[in-house]
Amino acid sequence: MVAPRVSIQTADFDQSTEVAALRHGDGGVGAVVTFIGTVRDLSAGQGVLRMELEHYPGMTEASIEAMIDAAHARFDIRAARVIHRVGMLEAGDQIVLVAVSSAHRGPCFAACEFLMDYLKTQAPFWKKEHTSEGAHWVDARADDDEALRRWGLDSGNAAR
Amino acid sequence: MKVTLKFFASLREALGAGGALDVPDGTTVAEVRRLLQGRDAAHAQALANGRALRCALNQVLCAESAVVPDGAELAFFPPVTGG
Repeated sequence: MVAPRVSIQTADFDQSTEVAALRHGDGGVGAVVTFIGTVRDLSAGQGVLRMELEHYPGMTEASIEAMIDAAHARFDIRAARVIHRVGMLEAGDQIVLVAVSSAHRGPCFAACEFLMDYLKTQAPFWKKEHTSEGAHWVDARADDDEALRRWGLDSGNAAR
Repeated sequence: MKVTLKFFASLREALGAGGALDVPDGTTVAEVRRLLQGRDAAHAQALANGRALRCALNQVLCAESAVVPDGAELAFFPPVTGG
């Protein structure tokens, strides 16, 4: 059975389990880089109690699969895995995992960052913060578009 | 021709999850947006030209100048904020 590359789930994930699965049966792996995004307890000076994540089922999975294909085309990597949680999360919870394996560290670091920059601006997820002052949808950040531009890709996600 | 509309996040809260729409052949995404703005005050506000919105045709991000194919799934949503 081929391990899935993309999972969108409400359940939490375990980094060690995912890294072991990513490396499993591939003796050519010499480096693994992982990124984990978590729910901060403070945003713009307001205490965040919970973070709600909505997505576009179908498009989310397909767009991240395409991003992983792009990462393979661009970097000399062995495998990549993305898990993104949806639904209601608590402050401190894990939100997203990106794990990449390669023979040497360079392509691994680069591909992991590339995938996160891509995901931030192109994958159809929306965050709603629940604070003591009420709930509000999070605004997209122009910084994230800038981050993608480093890879020669235009996003325009946060543009007016 | 038939189009399936989908809204997400703040647009879904304002307008519902979407529904079916009948538009002439060759209609662009921008024209659908204009058409929807005329529905009622909620649509006029949520889809106002001054609001930054993204769109997708058949689950792929697209420009508003894109022509909507027959039977397409057309989604409107705010800029994405995952990760």
